[in-house]
Amino acid sequence: MSETTEKPAGNGFEPRIIAFVCNWCTYLGADLAGTNRLEYPSNVRIIRLPCTGRIDFNLVVKALEVGADAVIVSGCHPGDCHYTAGNYHARRRWMLFREVLETLGVDLHRIHFAWISAAEGKKWAQFVADVTAQTRELGPYNEYRQIIEAEVS
Amino acid sequence: MSRIGVFTCWCGENIARTVDIERLTEAIAQVPGVRVAVNYKYMCSDPGQASIRDKIVEEKLDGLVVAACSPHMHLKTFRRAAAAAGLNPYLVEMANVREHCSWVHKDKELATTKAIEIIRMAVEKVRRNHALQPIRVPMTKRALVIGGGVAGIQASLDIADAGYEVVLVERDPSIGGKMAGLSETFPTLDCSQCILTPRMVEVGQHPRIKLYTYSEVEGVEGFVGNFKVQIRKKARYVDMDKCTGCGDCWAVCPSKKNLSEFDCGMGYRKAIYIPFPQAVPARPVIDKEACLYLKNGKCGVCAKKCAPQAIKFDDQDEVITEEVGAVIIATGYRLYNITKDQDNSKLTGYGEYGYGMYKDVIDGLQFERLASASGPTSGAIKRPSDGAEPKKIVFISCVGSRDEQHGMTYCSKICCMYVAKHAMLYKHKVHDGEAHIFYMDIRAGGKNYEEFVRRAIEQDGAVYHRGRVSKITQENGKLVVRGADTLIGQPVTIEADMVVLASAMRPSEGATRLAQMLNVGVDEFGFLSESHPKLRPVETNAAGVFICGACHAPKDIPEAVAQASAAAGKVAIMFANEELTREPEIASVNELTCAACFTCVRACPYTAIEKAMVLDGRGNFIKNTARVNPGLCMGCGTCVAVCPSKSVDLEGFSEEQIYSQVESLAL
Repeated sequence: MSETTEKPAGNGFEPRIIAFVCNWCTYLGADLAGTNRLEYPSNVRIIRLPCTGRIDFNLVVKALEVGADAVIVSGCHPGDCHYTAGNYHARRRWMLFREVLETLGVDLHRIHFAWISAAEGKKWAQFVADVTAQTRELGPYNEYRQIIEAEVS
Repeated sequence: MSRIGVFTCWCGENIARTVDIERLTEAIAQVPGVRVAVNYKYMCSDPGQASIRDKIVEEKLDGLVVAACSPHMHLKTFRRAAAAAGLNPYLVEMANVREHCSWVHKDKELATTKAIEIIRMAVEKVRRNHALQPIRVPMTKRALVIGGGVAGIQASLDIADAGYEVVLVERDPSIGGKMAGLSETFPTLDCSQCILTPRMVEVGQHPRIKLYTYSEVEGVEGFVGNFKVQIRKKARYVDMDKCTGCGDCWAVCPSKKNLSEFDCGMGYRKAIYIPFPQAVPARPVIDKEACLYLKNGKCGVCAKKCAPQAIKFDDQDEVITEEVGAVIIATGYRLYNITKDQDNSKLTGYGEYGYGMYKDVIDGLQFERLASASGPTSGAIKRPSDGAEPKKIVFISCVGSRDEQHGMTYCSKICCMYVAKHAMLYKHKVHDGEAHIFYMDIRAGGKNYEEFVRRAIEQDGAVYHRGRVSKITQENGKLVVRGADTLIGQPVTIEADMVVLASAMRPSEGATRLAQMLNVGVDEFGFLSESHPKLRPVETNAAGVFICGACHAPKDIPEAVAQASAAAGKVAIMFANEELTREPEIASVNELTCAACFTCVRACPYTAIEKAMVLDGRGNFIKNTARVNPGLCMGCGTCVAVCPSKSVDLEGFSEEQIYSQVESLAL
């Protein structure tokens, strides 16, 4: 939530972050951050899904492919899923998928999983600020393009 | 080519302060597929909505993006506006440029860029939306109520009085449940049977209530609006149509020493019996374990005595199927078994209290029968061992409740009140008696509840000891209760004539199995889970299945009754509609590509996906497939993500829509 994040930093790199969030918890948490006027970096683009259980992790790959430097996946806390258990499905699938990504050479520091509830506007703002700061440190995710090109050639 | 209209709202200054509306509108107008891009100060206002309606008609728009606040705020508003202008409401999307943009960023340049991208994503999404119609499902306007205690009775009467048919299933030979056995009720001390039995009679006589007693729900098929329920009518050995309930049969039955379930084992009944005189239906049942004729083929005096020849020794269980549209579960509670023999390995029992070993250590429901005018002692307080009047009784609360070591963390809620009531009833009957109560806290939240406890202490002289009892032993004909009084900081030993344990409430036997049958969740203690603890307290995650009473959590009579009426109200609301209408943003299976692995069937939290067959025009089998039941799908999309062959998709959040949203962000 630092003021400086709104302007390009010294070297001018501003990360592009895509967030896949569930409709009932994290989306509303982000709404609450807005209602409470909690300022955070504008780097994030939110895509609303009914539930984290709906998130096909190929979407994460797609996000990296279109140039995201970091990806956020966030939903209801365990036990609080609007649809009873969607977030457990998401967590289980993610545990498998991350191994696949790791094998492919994807940097897992680029992918962030969180549980943020409809009441946690502050947590959302802080989380986006943290991910943005961390990704600025990491720099642009050019390695992903190299992986893709290696696959192609 | 799409004809999409994008309507950007200023929200007064809320959006316009940080987002350059002019630059944004110009940029959006250039996006392929956008026919018209306009902005207005307050889109949600009447003139704002009117301008949307006009543009839909003028420009023949086939998609709409409103860039304004959160869809949780106004999506419904704008969908209604679109529908009013003849555009299918599901062709409307919102771009959240307020909560997710203008309110959280200060830099106008960056916020404007972000807002444009948010709108572009929405445009890409909306051009892939489908016109949808609400799903209509026909329903059977008939309710099943499981459990004939006070909650089930209330729910049945309310639904029946609203004009709908009810099928009420009760496991015991009579309805009435636990309440029928209570003596007097807190905080008014009105006689339990006096309140309940007229309601039981109403149920028995109601033209719209079909009563199955001595019956259990054995299986449930179908879904909301269209359940098929199998009910097992246990063999009663008495022809309900012929029997007049005269009582000649049980008068002559020689099998006398059978412990009465209704009297909680404090009294006896015959082998052919009605559980209590006001039973509904007032028809006896034969206990086949106790009947000499059914056991050895000798006796049969009841059949000889029965003038209408209603005894049917060759009676068999019967399974009946009933069709209903909604189900209310009201299966109530049982008391925690205080001895060490527990059905749940986490519950270790209270062997140290000597229940089951010492005859004069009884539980709360047994005391109710002792204090009840209809009980085995006709309401006289006599101890079980020798029938003497106890001069000193110790009441112990929280036996099993709020005790992690014995397995139950929750508060049973009613014990503080009934312990005070027991002390009071005892003192009213045995004026020179002493009532001692061991307690952890006195929880008397409720209308006139605190006053009631004060009365027990101040007017009736109940002695409260704040502390736990460590052990009860029998010495010289007395029950020696060793405990502590933490307020005076001393151990307390009381030589009592009788001990009453306020044991914890647990969900009744078989509740978990029933919950599984109906796809309702249970907590770690087996209590049934509501859909939302605040806003959907009687609904469950299974559409069309509702809960009320103590099957949900420990609760007292007024609360159970209120919840029963709430559940009945929900059913009546459902039935008041011609058909069920459901949101059409649900999943569907591409049956041609479905590999029939049924991963989705296992992942679906609503059992909304079933195994089905694809047949050709002549009915020949082609292949197996998964198929979504639109009556049950809630649209979470878990099935879409788990499908290995990408054969499931979700309206409103389709693969194509989400991937194109991501792609619109490509640099």
